[in-house]
Formats: sequence, structure tokens, C-alpha cells
Amino acid sequence: MYDFSKVVITSSPHIKSKEDTQSIMLDVLIALIPSLAVSTYVFGFRAILMTAVSVIACMVFEAIYDKIVGKPNTIMDLSAAVTGVLLAFVCPVTLPYWMLIIGDGIAIIFAKCLFGGLGKNFMNPALAGRAFLLASWPVAMTTWAAARSSIGLISNSQETLDAISQATPLAIIKGTAEGDLPGIASMFLGMCGGSMGEVSAVALLIGGAYLLMRKVITIHTPAAYILTVAVIAFIFPMGDLGHMESLAYSVFSGGLMLGAIFMATDYSTTPVSKKGQVIFGIGCGLLTTMIRYFGGYPEGVCYSILLMNTTVWLIDKYTRPTKFGAPAKQKKEG
Amino acid sequence: MAYTFRGGIHPGTKDDPGFKSATNKKPIEVLKAPDKVVLPVSMHIGAPAKPLVKKGDIVDMGQMIAEAGGFVSAPVHASVSGKVVDVVPMLHQNGSKVLSIVIENDHEDRLHESVKPKDFEAMTNDERIQAIWDAGIVGHGGATFPTHVKIKSGIGKCDTILINGAECEPYITSDHRLLLERPEEIVEGVRYLVKIMGVKQAYIGIELNKQDTFAKIEELLNNDPVIKLAPLECRYPQGAEKQLINAVTGREVPSGKLPADAGCAVFNVDTAGAVYRCFAKGMPVIRRVVTVSGSAVVEPKNLEARTGTCITELIDACGGLKEAPNKLLAGGPMMGVAQFTTDVPVLKGTNAFLAFCGEEDKREKAPTCIRCGRCVGVCPMHLTPVYMNMYASRNNLEGCEEYDVLDCIECGSCAYVCPARIPLVQQFRVAKMRVQDKRRAEAAAAQK
Repeated sequence: MYDFSKVVITSSPHIKSKEDTQSIMLDVLIALIPSLAVSTYVFGFRAILMTAVSVIACMVFEAIYDKIVGKPNTIMDLSAAVTGVLLAFVCPVTLPYWMLIIGDGIAIIFAKCLFGGLGKNFMNPALAGRAFLLASWPVAMTTWAAARSSIGLISNSQETLDAISQATPLAIIKGTAEGDLPGIASMFLGMCGGSMGEVSAVALLIGGAYLLMRKVITIHTPAAYILTVAVIAFIFPMGDLGHMESLAYSVFSGGLMLGAIFMATDYSTTPVSKKGQVIFGIGCGLLTTMIRYFGGYPEGVCYSILLMNTTVWLIDKYTRPTKFGAPAKQKKEG
Repeated sequence: MAYTFRGGIHPGTKDDPGFKSATNKKPIEVLKAPDKVVLPVSMHIGAPAKPLVKKGDIVDMGQMIAEAGGFVSAPVHASVSGKVVDVVPMLHQNGSKVLSIVIENDHEDRLHESVKPKDFEAMTNDERIQAIWDAGIVGHGGATFPTHVKIKSGIGKCDTILINGAECEPYITSDHRLLLERPEEIVEGVRYLVKIMGVKQAYIGIELNKQDTFAKIEELLNNDPVIKLAPLECRYPQGAEKQLINAVTGREVPSGKLPADAGCAVFNVDTAGAVYRCFAKGMPVIRRVVTVSGSAVVEPKNLEARTGTCITELIDACGGLKEAPNKLLAGGPMMGVAQFTTDVPVLKGTNAFLAFCGEEDKREKAPTCIRCGRCVGVCPMHLTPVYMNMYASRNNLEGCEEYDVLDCIECGSCAYVCPARIPLVQQFRVAKMRVQDKRRAEAAAAQK
């Protein structure tokens, strides 16, 4: 006779794919490594320290929240770590650590945990944290250090900040700041002012390619988002730039790549169907250009994604796939 | 060009797509008839059969020992000759005890007088369908719907017959081996089915991982004007009736309706083989090919066993188990039924028995949906499992109905890809039962 004492009875299916939440989040973290590397090259070791502080803060906040409300500890799904990296990436490298930690707290506690945690938050936590920081400390959040300048590891005095600060390309184009516009190539590689993770389009694209290859994201949202921005920038050039220049600056500068590849593809806060994801991407693209052209800020990625996050339930409702074998009438309506 | 449908998954690894490599090159071995067979009166969907024999009776091989218990029912035949030692409830693959006829084999394999070739051409169509019914033929793909019902309800409505050789379930290779080793029976069976149903076209749908069977089948078809081979891309659940119909003909079976409403009748390849055996040899369904595989099996094999053979004997014939298994399955890993012992009989629809050991337990204590949307992309019925689960987990039956939980075919694609490891199919099964209960209650209330 055989030993059946270990046999488990479950409902089908009895095999599962290897991927789980943790492995997906780990893939996202891996995909962010090229950007961190470029950021460290451009802004020095402080970039790594900022990112580490933010990750630890996010995980600690989530652990504390889970403990207080008596939920099982969820930090090992690594989603808090992803939020930590992304929030650090959308802040200037010179932002004081304590501000960053407050932003982490807002992102994790208010934008994520209070809504029920991973999968139930309706706003991208990292962007919600950034929006909060931008509203609270607008100067610190818009002081951009120039590439390869000497940035203090722990703190920076006002004098150093004044000495090393440089306007972002989009602010220069918009005319809200003075400065020399960096060349397109140096902007593509990341040798310009900006927030930590968004300076290098090429590093972000490498990360995006990795995520596509690992099937963590699909091309739909990023492509729809970037193409929308590109087409509008080409047809209606920004400032006094030519068509192609306008296209290049609007696509490769600012947070567009970071937003399109890593934020607009966040599972919890974006539509579930492919059709919905394309609509979401186009909506983000339109809002981003609207804010860049007509808004008070030079950059619009953060707010455009946050605004589109609030429409996800509506998009999901109207892009529900037509079920197999649906009556013809329903098909027409759908 | 290969046909396919939208949605679905590709289980398996790069080196071993569909986990079929353990048995797909192993010829069918005929298992020695056991000393005792246990034949449940329910080996099909529908009313249980009614026993015709009692304890102490001597029966011959192929003798009808239980008659159909209604129109949607099938008779049961003795798979060995010998003495009926008991008619008692015995453990069935469905986990409950089902009235079963236990026969002690005298190893004489005495054929019953009713087992003789039939003159197909001389028979009327009603006689032919009656012959299929009397042979106890049911869907051999695993669903075990009585074949005569499908034929009778399909005549006049169907213009197309589809022969299901997709075998998309991982690990299973019994149909593959049959297509390779006994294609004559299958093709002849299809010819019979075409004549009985009077259809204008028939397709034998086979997935590309069984390409080695194509040449022989093409040769046997010999440019048949009606029957054609339809190569299918490998994708689970291509062998599901609705998906197969959609892949080959492009038609969609209307929601809540049967394949006949799309003008199609779908039969498993071995069902076609059984139809051939019924007319050419007069043989009812008393044996079938079972793939015995899985990580715990010492030497995985394709075995031809008598119906009613204890699964333990099949495992023994495969060299036994390496170590204590943690999962036993009747059928494939996607839709098969978990078993707690091997002391269950081979049924007409048992296409595989799998035993696994050392598998990592992928159940989560508190699974959390991360809304990744993978389930939406893979659902072959184009549903939104993410929302169905949301409503089902809150027991919101209106929400479940609104999101078409009743259209779910329980193929398990969503649960397979779910990174949060939510037991989606389990949720939907419960939700479907509750929605149906609610509808029945409403209908009963409306009548009063």
C-alpha cells in the first residue's frame, strides 16, 4: 500500500504559474536599477542613500500599520519597497531626508494602507506622496541640482543649493526658469537637472524593456501615453522649438518615461483590460501636455496620472470585454 | 495555417511544453485484466444506470450489467467475464460512494453473445443511434456526456462535426497515442458519425504538438470531401467545446446555449474510436487508455485498462510511487479532480491519473488581488475574473450575475496565472451554485 498521509485535496487547477506578487515586485525593483545607477553617477552617492532611506521608511510604515490594525505583515510582497524607490525617484536629490520620510508616510499610510493596502488603493502611492510634498515644500521640491555637482551626502546649506541648482529643461522651455537648454543627447543619457530617477531616458527604457520581456507590463499603456505626448508635441511645438526638437524634449525630458513605464502601469491604480489601458495612456498623455502647455507647472506627469487614477473605475466599467457568445444586441452596445 | 482562439494559457516549461514529454513517446501498453473490477452505475453525466444483475450472477465480457436510467443516461457493461460478487456502494472518483457492481474475473474473457459486428449500412438511423446508446458510449474526453443524446439532439441542427484531438490538458497523452497508434479506428468512427448525423463537413482538430500524427491521418482521409484535418495552435483550453468550435469554425456558441445552437457537435477522438468499435466489432465501452504520470510516478506510461480496474493496479504497473505523494488527480492538472486514495476504479472518462510529490504548496493564507489584470487577458470566455472574484468574495450574487459568473467554464486559466494565488475557480464554483440556487428560489416564488 502507498502512503497517502501527505495528500492534499484542493479545487482545480492544481498547477500554477511560477510568478507571484513578490516576484513581480522584485522584477520592478530590478528594472529600476539602471536608473539608480545613472542617478548615482549624475548626483553622487546621495542618490543611493535617498533611495535606501525611502525604501526602509516605506517598509517600516507598512509594518507599523499592519501591526496596529492587526493585519498579517505584508512588507515581504515588496510593494512598499517599490513605492519607496519610486517616491525617491520623483524627488530632487537635494530634498532633506526628513521631508522624504514624511512623503513616504503619506504614500504608504494615507494613499495605500487606509484604503485596504495593496490592490485596493485607487491612487498611485508614490505620486500621492510627491503631490503632498510638492504642496507642502514647493521650493525644496523644485530645487534641482546640476549634473555632476558636489552634493552633500547628509545635508546641504542654502548656499550650496543656490550654487549647484539648475533649471530643468521643461522649465527653461516654458520660460519659468532661466538657463541654457541642455543638448538632446545629454538629456537622453541623463546629464541634466531633474529629479533622481527621471533624468536618464535611456536607463528607464532599459528597465521598461526588461519589464516587457518578463511580461510584468504590456506595451499598451506606455506606448499610448508616450505616443500621445509625442504627437501633440510634434504638431504643436513647445515655446520656440522646431517640431522634431519639441518632440524630443517633451518625450525624453521630465518624468514622462518614468511615469509611462513605472507609474501608469501600476496594477492597482490602472484599468485591467488592454483596451482600458490604452484609453488610460491616452488620457494621461493629453493631461500631461495640457498641464505642460497651459498649467502653472512646467511638468504634468504626476498630476495627470493621479487624475487618471480616479477615472479607472469608469474606464473599467465601459471597457469590459464582450463575453464569449454574447447576444448580438449586447455586442453592439458594448 | 493553424487555428486557435483568443485568450488561454501555455502551461509547462520551455523544455517541456505541456509537461507531456514523460509519456508522449511511450506506446500504449495493455494492462493485464485485474482479478476484480468495480463498475459504478454512474460513469457518465445524467441519471445513474439501473443494475440488471445481482450478487452471484455469472456474466460475460461485454454483457450489459446495468441499463440506462433515462434518456440522458448510459448503460454499463461487464469489462471482464466472471461472477458478480457484490452490488454495493463503493468509492467513486467524485469522492462519494456510488452503487457499483463488483465482478470477480475468471480470466476467461468469454465474449457475450451480443458482441458481434453490426451491418451499419443495413441499419436505419434510429437503430444506429440505439446501437451507440446500447454500447454505453459517452464523451471520452472526461466530461462523459452520453453520445447518443448529443447525436439525437444535434441531427438537423448541426452542419459540422468537430473531432476533439486538442488534448490541451498538461501531462495527458492518451489521445495522442491513440491518434498515432489507432488512427484507422478514429477516422472510420468519424465516417460513421458523419453518416449518422448527415453533416456536410467534419474537422479533426489536433494541436501542433501532435504533428507526428498528421501524415497518417491525412493518408487515411485520402482527400475526403467531408472530413478534414484542422491543425490547432497549442493553447489551453483549446479542447473545451466552445473554444474548439470558435477556433475551427469561427462561430461562438451563444451564452447559455449548447454547441448544437452553433451548428456544431463535438466528439472526442476516442469517442469516435468507440463508435467504430461499436459497429465494426460490436464491442461496448469496456476499456480505455489512461495516462499515468506526474512527478511521483516511477515510470510514467500510457496504459490501456479495463473499466473498473483499481487505479492502484495502474500505479503498480508503472513501477509504483517514488515517495509519498502530496497530490493525486483523476484527469489533468487544470480541471482534474483531486483524490485522497488510489483505491478508485478506472471510469469511461478517466483519461489520466496523476500523482505528484515534492511540489511546493502554492496556496496562500490570505491572498490579495493586486488587480494585475492577467486573468482578464487569459479568460477564454472573455470575462473579467478580477471583478467576479470581488463580488463572489463578498457574496454579492447580483454582482456575480452582472459579471456573468454563469458563463465561466471553470477551465482554471485565471487561477493558473494569478500571481496572488487566489483560488478563483473555487470562488466561482461556489458563486455559480449560489446564483443558480437563488434563481431556482425566485422561479419557485414566482410560481406561487
